[in-house]
Amino acid sequence: MVEKFDAIVIGAGPSGNAATYTLAKQGLKVLQLERGEYPGAKNVQGGIMYAHELEKIIPDFRDDCPIERHIIEQRVWLLGDDNYVGTNYRSEAFNSDKPNRYTIIRANIDKWWGEQIRKVGGLQICETTVTELIRDPSGKVIGVRTDREGGEIHADVVIMADGVNALLAKRAGLQDEAAPENVALAVKEILFIDPELIQQRFGIKEDEGVVIEIMGKVTKGMVGTAFLYTNKESLTIGIGCLISDFKNGSCPPYRMLEDLKKHPVIKPLIEGAEMKEYAAHMIPEGGYKAVPQLYGDGWMVVGDAAHFNNAAHREGSNLAMASGRMAAETVIELKAAGKGYSASNLAAYKKKLDDSFIMKDLKKYRELPGIMHGNKQFFGAYPDEITAAAHNWFTVDSVDKKTKEKQIMQSFIKRRSVMGLVGDAIKLVRAVR
Amino acid sequence: MSIMVKVEEKLYQNRYIVDESRPHIQIKSVEACQTCEKQACTVCCPAACYSKNETGGVTLVTDGCLECGTCRVVCQDKGNIAWDYPRGGYGISYKFG
Repeated sequence: MVEKFDAIVIGAGPSGNAATYTLAKQGLKVLQLERGEYPGAKNVQGGIMYAHELEKIIPDFRDDCPIERHIIEQRVWLLGDDNYVGTNYRSEAFNSDKPNRYTIIRANIDKWWGEQIRKVGGLQICETTVTELIRDPSGKVIGVRTDREGGEIHADVVIMADGVNALLAKRAGLQDEAAPENVALAVKEILFIDPELIQQRFGIKEDEGVVIEIMGKVTKGMVGTAFLYTNKESLTIGIGCLISDFKNGSCPPYRMLEDLKKHPVIKPLIEGAEMKEYAAHMIPEGGYKAVPQLYGDGWMVVGDAAHFNNAAHREGSNLAMASGRMAAETVIELKAAGKGYSASNLAAYKKKLDDSFIMKDLKKYRELPGIMHGNKQFFGAYPDEITAAAHNWFTVDSVDKKTKEKQIMQSFIKRRSVMGLVGDAIKLVRAVR
Repeated sequence: MSIMVKVEEKLYQNRYIVDESRPHIQIKSVEACQTCEKQACTVCCPAACYSKNETGGVTLVTDGCLECGTCRVVCQDKGNIAWDYPRGGYGISYKFG
């Protein structure tokens, strides 16, 4: 006798956890399958966790959720060869009793999620790889096959939260392989260091955190970004670029990361820290136009597997949690109404997504991935020119300011031409409006 | 080969549960790699699992694999990589992620 559940959730990342918890809390019989040794073993995140979406699912998460630091300062840096131009935003208002953003260590959070899921009666099984979806003759998904002995399990509905690789949907012909220009590869390290040093170097108190988002020369003209985040007793540093750019280039990702760590403005911040783990992960970057089919007879797809990532704002885990919750709520509502999980009924999930910030934000930035991919000057020429302009402007050398202005303008024009500059401005506006 | 040494040092910090003699990624055709001009997998793989060999082809050792999927995306036009997840519980086991 094959065991049957109301729902099977594949994957114990942010989206799968949100879906499983939401379903279990409403009393549904839900099974969550995770291929890792423990929840989080296969997951990689920067990571910044946004409180608002988690709060919707677990309102009192702050009581015991193992967060690192709440973020009081956001820096955005444009790196040149040996310099940077940047903006910082810091506010005491972020020191509220309910902070908006936290730095986290992914594996700690996913273990915590596992406990929360057990508390509300969800069943989470690790060390189990789902090998394929089981479909009835009509094509409806009715369960999954796993690599365990007798590993066939049935459910009324299957939620795929298996991450950016999304092998199950691809194998079942429900999704195409991601194009190299629609996914980034990011590599990162966690560096352990005395918390006192973190506090001194970043000018913060215990529990307060700083995040630095980085663009510029460190991505070697490729479309990409880097980051440096403060955890409690560690820093995470990482860099990622579009896979199409890595493919056309000659710099391996780990060399790019080494160069970032050696950059003169980054090095003093991480000096003396001890590297304890090196991770790599793909990030969906194709935006609105790369979102695959999201539901069908007996199935839905959520999180990274659904390509839900807002690259412009570096938001991913909140879209994951929100989509997982919405998929679960769709199941709960259909069950309460005594309806089945046909494609036409599960269209309600898509409606929820469309009405939410997820699809609204992805739609707003729908032109951004294509424009960035096709206009490398935003990652090569401009960081060069802007940092050089700053260097010129802030060097006091008895050259009059009007001449300096002229030099800077001429340098930009030489690099991009007047029409080029105008065109780039138009492209930037098109990309974000 | 200082770069190789560096990535090995990085991977050394990671926890792996190796599934002996059951690699989860395989090169389908040796010849297809030999005729591949770019062999981009040898540049893109963050764990340097792919290296150019003396026959003009590519050698794959999956022990340090981080299971990111980049090689599969990079090779999709040739379709010469059979990419699967390791068996449940095996492969990279991130302590921090």
